[in-house]
Amino acid sequence: MMDIDLSMVNWARAQFAFTAMYHWIFVPLTLGLSFLCAFFETIYVRTGDKEWRAITKFWMTLFGINFAIGVATGIILEFQFGTNWSNYSWIVGDIFGAPLAIEGIFAFFLEATFFAVMFFGWNRVSKKFHLFSTWMVAIGSNLSAVWILVANGWMQNPVGMAFNPETARFEMQSFFDVVFNPVAVSKFVHTSSSGFLFGSLFVLTISSWYLLRGKHLQMAKRSIIVASVFGLLSSSFVAFTGDESAYEVAQKQPMKLAAIEGLYKGETKAGLVAAGILRRDKQPGDGQDPFLIKIKIPFMLSLLANRSFSSFVPGIDDLVYGNEEQNIESTASKIAKGKKAINDLALFKQARKENDNQKAEVFLSKFTKNQEYMGYGYLNKPEEAVPPVAIPYYAFHIMVALGTLFPVLFAAFLFFSLKGSLTRQKWLLPIGLISGLLGLIAQESGWVVAEVGRQPWAINGLLPVKVATTNLTATNVQITFFMFFGLFTLLLAAEITIMLKQIAIGPEGGPSK
Amino acid sequence: MVFKNLENYNLISVIDNIYTFYRDGFKGMIIGKKLWKIILIKLFVMFVILKLFFFPNFLNTKFETDVEKSNYVLEQITRNAAKSQ
Repeated sequence: MMDIDLSMVNWARAQFAFTAMYHWIFVPLTLGLSFLCAFFETIYVRTGDKEWRAITKFWMTLFGINFAIGVATGIILEFQFGTNWSNYSWIVGDIFGAPLAIEGIFAFFLEATFFAVMFFGWNRVSKKFHLFSTWMVAIGSNLSAVWILVANGWMQNPVGMAFNPETARFEMQSFFDVVFNPVAVSKFVHTSSSGFLFGSLFVLTISSWYLLRGKHLQMAKRSIIVASVFGLLSSSFVAFTGDESAYEVAQKQPMKLAAIEGLYKGETKAGLVAAGILRRDKQPGDGQDPFLIKIKIPFMLSLLANRSFSSFVPGIDDLVYGNEEQNIESTASKIAKGKKAINDLALFKQARKENDNQKAEVFLSKFTKNQEYMGYGYLNKPEEAVPPVAIPYYAFHIMVALGTLFPVLFAAFLFFSLKGSLTRQKWLLPIGLISGLLGLIAQESGWVVAEVGRQPWAINGLLPVKVATTNLTATNVQITFFMFFGLFTLLLAAEITIMLKQIAIGPEGGPSK
Repeated sequence: MVFKNLENYNLISVIDNIYTFYRDGFKGMIIGKKLWKIILIKLFVMFVILKLFFFPNFLNTKFETDVEKSNYVLEQITRNAAKSQ
């Protein structure tokens, strides 16, 4: 059995992961359902059909429940930065301050104005202004996700900054480089489009339930048509942005790509593992085949990683032990340079303390030469640079498998809806019923790939997670971990209970605000 | 109709209408009342109980100035350095 390390850093990690994954139940539903509400209302305004108005109000109520329960759950992550991750928090403060402040201000004004019109404004503002407000909520909710993803993208690919050894902070050099960081851009488009996909699956789930129960048939059928079209378009876009995201990972985080593919020995014309079972005792450099069984698609990993069928894709062993032929530096060499950087930083600090500016300048110059390797200096051995391969590998393959299923599902729902025989497809409706859950699994898997795949780094290559933490005991974090667990479980139970009650009431005569 | 023909309103009327809009909106809430209760309880637990008693900002509670914080973090990230020249 795998040993579980119960140190402070792992409790802090677990708490952060738990909070982020919980928060991520609500966010994608907000992103997707907000646009679906806007679509439903647009049809209502254009057709004047009261049934579309009832449909819009029904989904808007579920959107409101989800929003109310989910709002501010992300703030807990910011609390954790200050308490559990104080080194990290200080070091990145200059980079994260602006994006997170923009998000906070943006969200406040959006919520105070357009949300109110959307929920209170039926019959009190003109139809067109109400529709405008609904669209603004959809666009604004999605735009407010930009800033947190810019911050996350920066952690995966730190650009547009310089480390200031006087203050121990990364300082922003170019706001535009940070905002238009290719990793942040691909992360935003992939994440938001996957939210659209999840919102569509949620509509399929509830509508399928109504069709199976023979209730609210007209509403369910109409909702399914809109959700299927939106879901089909979104899932195509998710595939496209996922490909772009994987390309960026290959270029900026090759270790993560190797981990999610279980690739230990680098290959030219590398194949993509479509499915496979990893060997549990596989270790870097042991020469064992990492897979018990696997199915590979020839050349596809090279194409995905470098846009070339014949390119070389480095494996974990190449990245850990180096590969001269491919000009890949070993992690041991990076560790040596990183240790020099840390040493020179310490000597620089000491010289400054002693007011020996001449000496300080010498050490600063030495530090600058190796500072890009600073993070590696905290690793004790090269193998520490490898993430826990099985977790991102399986999460990635689950996400991709489900992502392949979804467009087929949407196409089937759309086909039978347009043919007018959806209610007779008894095999399809139960799949629709569980599709929301599958969507949630795909969503969470995506975050596991992104976050576990980048371990051991808090900031890629520059700051490992173990150095980012506060010097606290594990007990401090354990207490708050279980408090969160209790609080969030209560909130989730409230969400499910209120939603189920509202779904049972249905669109006819149910509350609209 | 609150926001229709806004140009005919003076500033005080606009403010009054916005106030009425929100007041009536909150009064007329059905499921929203329950949701607001949940939001308020949640925010109270988060900001008053958790933030104040369990999630102090570590650096802010230990140090007063940015220089002190910088020195502490520098100490933390270089504490295992060999300091060999």
